[in-house]
Amino acid sequence: MPSTFATAAKRLGALLATAGLMALGGGDRALAQAPVAQAPLTDSEKEIERYRAMISDPMSNPGFLNVDRGEVLWKLKRGAKSVSLEGCDLGEGAGKLEGAYAKLPRHFKDADRVMDLEQRLQWCMVEMQGLDTADVVKRKFGGPGVTSDMEDLVAFIANKSSGMKLATPVIHAKEQEMYAVGEAMFFRRGGTWDFSCATCHSEDGKRIRLQGLPNLSKPGRQVQETMGSWPTYRVSQSQGRTIQHRLWDCYRQMRWPAPDYLSDGLTALTVYLNKNADGAEIQVPSIKR
Amino acid sequence: MKTNSILGTAAGLAALAVAATSVAQQKPKVDPAVVDKYVAATFKAAPAEWQKKIEQDEAQRLCSELKGELPAALSTKLLEAQKATVVLPADGNVMGDWKNGQKIAQDGRGGQFSDAPGLVGGGNCYACHQLSKAELSFGTMGPSLNEYGKIRKFRPDETKAAYAKIYNAQSVLPCSNMPRFGLTKALSEQQIKDVVSYLFDPESPVNK
Repeated sequence: MPSTFATAAKRLGALLATAGLMALGGGDRALAQAPVAQAPLTDSEKEIERYRAMISDPMSNPGFLNVDRGEVLWKLKRGAKSVSLEGCDLGEGAGKLEGAYAKLPRHFKDADRVMDLEQRLQWCMVEMQGLDTADVVKRKFGGPGVTSDMEDLVAFIANKSSGMKLATPVIHAKEQEMYAVGEAMFFRRGGTWDFSCATCHSEDGKRIRLQGLPNLSKPGRQVQETMGSWPTYRVSQSQGRTIQHRLWDCYRQMRWPAPDYLSDGLTALTVYLNKNADGAEIQVPSIKR
Repeated sequence: MKTNSILGTAAGLAALAVAATSVAQQKPKVDPAVVDKYVAATFKAAPAEWQKKIEQDEAQRLCSELKGELPAALSTKLLEAQKATVVLPADGNVMGDWKNGQKIAQDGRGGQFSDAPGLVGGGNCYACHQLSKAELSFGTMGPSLNEYGKIRKFRPDETKAAYAKIYNAQSVLPCSNMPRFGLTKALSEQQIKDVVSYLFDPESPVNK
């Protein structure tokens, strides 16, 4: 499977180059997020849209390899108790996948915690399967020759909410705390460059170099298009990625330290962003630059 | 300046305003100490010297909690405090090499946990500003700086003001989005001089 995966990724890269999209200013900007400015689409943006539509289907988006691997992992008996994850309650009832991702992160009574999908999966691995998750956490992000169970499982589970609307609950006191902390963290400046999430994502129609920047600080189309399209297949990284990875990469670019995988701060940010994106149509795994 | 597009999408904005209100109404308040706890827990595995980097100073704390919109008195107070941090080169010469300044303006490396130790990074000016007309890949988070020196008639007092602005942008505009390159040592004294020259040298493409 990994070799097929790599080949598909390489082919995509080559396609991109031949399509001349790299001329936009580098691979980093080629398959940009949907354009965010209010202005009508430029010719290059239209071309990117057309290209994205062309590759964004299960037959050509390598993110669906993650979905397939995730399904196998979901049904795989493992851990001290030798059971599969099929009994795991992702919020909609034990083993119910349809629509579960649309309402995450959320508060779980059994753990009395607000968890995003990856935190919940780890909880089920430990509590239900009796699995030592050290190896799973070590492979949190896939790379050359290494697949990530979490990226695969998230792609599989999130795909079961495709076509549904994002509806992260901010009702329970702990969900409300998460939302408020997420908002504060979004605007929190720090590090040697004074950056916060808001530095790049709190105004309309701005761009960094040629890359359009979605305004994520208020409800609306931009934040909906962003949050409704994770997890995604990142062409520039040849990997399926989750929002945990995106936030980790944001903090890297913000010149902050690396955030801990599965930490509550990342879940708080996700609650804040998802709430702003309330009602977004989920179409995942998507495909991005 | 944004009026046209605002009028053009009035209906859309009205819908947004309704959505924004519904979020605002249920917006829970949070104790800053709780946020600090979350932040500490989120970055707890980072090396100690990295954790130190996100200990907030007064400017960062105020600009975060008030989302960059300080009341006038507080803004003046912060401005004065930030002005006091600016250190100009000892010999008063703020000009360096514009060609090197151009490299620094283009270079977005540095300061990231993925960087090799000891890497000398750049200022990444083009991420946010237009400078030379020849470079089409520029961001729009900051104003265009094209013909920066020419517009200012290459005046020496303006070169010093530019040095101070790059050294600490908040000594000019409290809660500016621009990094305080000198204060935080993101750029060295020589690097800032080189960037000032990129802005002010009559031979620099910025002024062509």
